[in-house]
Order: sequence, then structure tokens, then C-alpha cells
Amino acid sequence: MTRLLDLENLTLQFDTDEGRITAIENISFTLEAGEVMGLVGESGSGKSVTAKSIMKLNPHNAIYSDDTKISLHLEDGEIEIMSLHGSKELKVIRGGAISMIFQEPMASFAPAITIGDQMVEQLLIHTDMNKKQAKEVSIEMLDRVGISDPATRFKQYAFELSGGMRQRAMIAMALSTKPRLLIADEPTTALDVTIQAQVIDLMKDLVKEFGMGIVFITHDLGVIAQTADKVAVMYLGRLVEQGPVREVLRNPSHPYTKGLIAALPNLDDLDTPLTPIPGDIPSPLERPSGCVFHTRCSANLGSRCTTEVPKFYQVIEGHNVACHLFDTEGAK
Amino acid sequence: MSDDILIKARDLSVHYQLSGGAVFGPKPVVKAVEGVNLDIAKGSFFGLVGESGSGKTTLGRACLKAAPITRGTVTYSDEEVEFELTNISKPELKEYRRRAQLIFQDPYAALSPRMTVRDIIAEPLEVMGLTKTREETDERVREIAAKCRLNLEHLRRFPHAFSGGQRQRISIARALVSRPHFVVADESVAALDVSIQADVLNLLKEIQQEMGLTFLFISHDLSVVAHVCDHVAVMYLGRLVETAPTRDLFFKPRHPYTKALLSAIPSLDPDDHGSAQKLEGEIPSPTNPPPGCKFQTRCAFAVDHCRKVEPKLEHSSTSHEVACHRWQELMD
Repeated sequence: MTRLLDLENLTLQFDTDEGRITAIENISFTLEAGEVMGLVGESGSGKSVTAKSIMKLNPHNAIYSDDTKISLHLEDGEIEIMSLHGSKELKVIRGGAISMIFQEPMASFAPAITIGDQMVEQLLIHTDMNKKQAKEVSIEMLDRVGISDPATRFKQYAFELSGGMRQRAMIAMALSTKPRLLIADEPTTALDVTIQAQVIDLMKDLVKEFGMGIVFITHDLGVIAQTADKVAVMYLGRLVEQGPVREVLRNPSHPYTKGLIAALPNLDDLDTPLTPIPGDIPSPLERPSGCVFHTRCSANLGSRCTTEVPKFYQVIEGHNVACHLFDTEGAK
Repeated sequence: MSDDILIKARDLSVHYQLSGGAVFGPKPVVKAVEGVNLDIAKGSFFGLVGESGSGKTTLGRACLKAAPITRGTVTYSDEEVEFELTNISKPELKEYRRRAQLIFQDPYAALSPRMTVRDIIAEPLEVMGLTKTREETDERVREIAAKCRLNLEHLRRFPHAFSGGQRQRISIARALVSRPHFVVADESVAALDVSIQADVLNLLKEIQQEMGLTFLFISHDLSVVAHVCDHVAVMYLGRLVETAPTRDLFFKPRHPYTKALLSAIPSLDPDDHGSAQKLEGEIPSPTNPPPGCKFQTRCAFAVDHCRKVEPKLEHSSTSHEVACHRWQELMD
């Protein structure tokens, strides 16, 4: 496998009326080509902000720390995303090397422009195709994602398509420029389970075919289990656990990951009552000191958890957890 | 036996006439609910599942007389009163509104941002004239707020100060303050994070047992329904296709649609890709439903008979009903 993305020490703050808010703190991960990484966490955990940082899509009041480094490795060289400024320079990645699919497909299509025109427009911007070729490629992509009668759909508007169709069209559009990295932000959350299953299958097929890397954001661990190769769990702007998907789901190590799994309704076991994680996710304005999860953690060790930010400890190779419980040396 | 039934629907249909269509031709009609027979037992937690567009919300609303009933009857009977909703008188309807309440999906849209939590919860009491003095109102509000695990100090605050889970508890308190017998919860946990979802589900279940309520729980999430409901009905394109006690339905599904829905739930086990019954296509438009069995366009087992004759709900056991011509052949 070849390395596609290196994200190092991503730290991001927002300047707001209520002061400077830390949204993301010290996140690092890597992604290989052809690999799907799931990014999970509750709302407010910073998963979308992390994903948007990769395309520098965060609003103007976003302040990245100086040591934040995001490198995208392409066949024809490397791109340091943090050093790109202005929409002209960012055009290389936005819609070019990196594409993004959003949660609400209705909101991501322009309502008064046909699906086809929108697909053609981005191909004209990012490739050197002419209009006729762009149209052919677009229709071919619509066909590839399982939209029946693509030539007719090409001329239709977003409101004429059902939710599942729109999401397929969105995927077709995102992939038509042959991006190396696809960021999918809750792409199946607004869909019914049966349609969700279809979209998941489609995305898996497309990864095999195009060999791009995917950052897959979702709050649904079941979806992660079915799509991702590895998973990173986020809480309040920090990574708390990451590793191969089988490892993390079968042997969850961080109390937060364990809590998330225990809160899921499990069809195989209807008798055990659901166990919620106590309390709510704190406001980013009142970030807890030390380990950010200590206010809701059942395994809270006391002063160490409230004052010291936990490092990453290795559970087994490739599976890391940021929790003091795993510090075998420091516990003495 | 019939004394135990709180809501009894017979041949219930809700049709909406759309505008448009041919200039002098008939206007298109959406048959949102068609010929539904439904018995909801007193004190049960009755689940209603289906994809979007299946008519579950409309059916729930028809049971509250909040949707126009085109044909058929809905009868509500508790220990004190019996109402026939199709020709209910105005004073009776007012009384019914006290006895039957609705909890909405989106806790962000359902609460007025300009009212304090106390006023939001007290409003039903004041509108229905259930309390005479302010002290009495306050006491009822505090009592229900405590039951819904709301901090009494929070009653003076406005909804914006609360998280999604807390807001949903406020809307639950508002629905329950008039001491209803019947509550329709329409996707009440769909907008919540898993850990908060678990908390709200536990709360609903607790309150239901404590107050002896009857719930109609509408959801698209089968695993949630499996955990809280004791009886489940599955809807497809305005029809009930299967109804059974929860365990029966989940462990011995009879209808191909129910089976497909169950297999579409993404498993937490990365190596379990579900059985191979993935559904193709999408739910057809209710303005133009297919002839015969409504599910035949997506059913892998459809034969000629299914395309011509619509199956009726029949008993597969005393408490298990299914609407499929071939359920006996398809039994594993």
C-alpha cells in the first residue's frame, strides 16, 4: 500500500464572540490509498471539523496551530495543504485531488441547476475535457453508481430524485474527477436502512475499482464495522482510540469507546437494558482539564485523569488508546 | 378481550389529494394509509416501523385525529370514555387531546425559543384548563419534570441552554403533563446520539411502566424498536405487512420485507455482512403504487399471483399476522 495522507498535530481553534474555542487538539493519523478510515464520535466531537480541515474548508475564524501539518501524497508529487492559500491554490485539492460527500444530499446540490450541468461544470474546471466529453463521463458515472436511465437523470433537477438517488448522484459527482481522497461526512445518515445498505455496498465497490482513500465520518458504529478498515474514535476534539476496525470493535479499550458500544441497541441481546454514557458532552467553552472524558468516565482514576492529558498507549500493534489506565509503567 | 384494546383501527385509510395532474383530469391521490386494521393493547409499547414514505407518521397522526380519516374507523376506549374518532364532537375532541399526546422527532424545532422550560411544560395545562391556580400548575410541572429527570433549577431557563437529550426530556415532560393515556412518539430518538438515545429510551420505558401509559412508538430503526417495544407492526406503502410480538417478529420474521429490513441493519461484527437478502431499488411513489402486492416490485420471491392480487393480513399464529401470499413456502 502507498501512503496517501499524513495528518500531524492538527490543532484548530475558532475565534468567537465568547472567546477562543478549541475544536480540535493534536490529532494525527495516516491513510493509505485504497483504505477506508472511519471517524466516529458523538455530535460535537469535532469529526466534521477534522474532515473539513483536510480541505481547508473551515470558516475564516478558524486558527490552525503552527505545527499542524497535512500532507497529501500524489503520484506527481506532494501537496502541503496548510501552505495553500486562497481559492485558486486550493482548487488543486478541492474537487480535484480530494472530493467530499455531505450528509444532506438535497442541500449539496444547487436546486435551480440540473444535476448534469453541475457535474459537467466541475469536470470543466478540474480536467481538460470539453463539454461533450464531460457530458459523456458524467452520464457514465451516473450509470456506474446504479442510477437507471442516466441520460434522463442527467437533465433533471435534484428535487426530482429520491433521497437514495440524490446520494448516488452526489457520489457520482464526487468521483467523476477521479479524486485520490474522498471525504464522506455522514453519507448514509439521512437514508433508510435498505438504501443505506445499497450505498455502503456501492462505496465498497468503488474503493476497489478506483483505489482511492476514504475518510468516512459517521456516528453509527454498525456502518463503520461494515465499511472501514480502521477506525478513529473522537471525543471533544481529541482522538481517544484508533486501530484496525476488528481490533477496536472486538476489543474496545477506551472507556468512551466501550460506552458507545454498550449504548447501542443489540439485536442479539434484547434482555440487557441499554446503558447510556452518563451525562452530556461538555460545551467546548468548558473543556475539561486533563483527559477530556474524565467528567463522564466510570473508570476515573482521580487526580491524574483531571490534570494530565493521557498519551497514546499501545494495546497491540496498530491499536492505540489515550487513557491512563493503560500506562503500565506510570501506575507504579 | 376487546376490553384490553385502547386503540382499534378498522379499514383505516388516509388519502391526500394533490394539486396538479392533467388540466381537466382527476387530481392525483396519495394513499398514505390504506385499509389498515390495528389493535393497540392497553399498557403496551407498540412499535411501528417502515422506510420513509411508508405512511407510519400518517397512521400515527390518524390515531390522534391529526390527519384526515378518509375511510374506516378509529376507536379509542379507556376505562372512562370511548371515542369514535371519525365523527367525534368538538368537546369530545378536546377531552381526547388531553388523553392522547404526541412527542415529536426534532427537539430543536419542537420547543419555542421564547418560552422558559416551565412555561413550555405548563402550556398544555393552561390551554386545556386542567389546573385552576398558578401554584397547582407549578406543582404539576415540578412533578412531571422530576419524573423526566429534569433539574428543577432548569425550569427557569430557555431551551437554547439545553443539549438535544435534555430538550427531548423537556418535550416528553410537556407531552405527559396532562396525564395522557396514549402517547404517540414519532421518531423521538432519531435525532439523538447513541448514548443519549439509550438514556431517553430508558426514560420512556420507565415512565410507561410507572404511569401505565400506552405508547405508539414510530421509528425507522429496528434495533431501537426491538429494545423497547413489546409488539411491532411493519408498514410498507401505506399497508401493514406484518405484525407480531417483538421477539416473534425479530426471530421469526415471515414477510420478505421484514426479513430484508432486518438484514439491512449494519452488524457491529465486521465479518458479518448480513444475509444476502439486500433489497434492490426504492419504495415506489404512493401516488402510483404497483398493482397486487405493494412489495412485488422489490421482492425476490414475487410470482404472477403477487402481481395481480393484493395479499391480506392473515394469522400465521395466534398473535402473528402477515400479508404475503407465499409466507408458508418461504418459511425456513
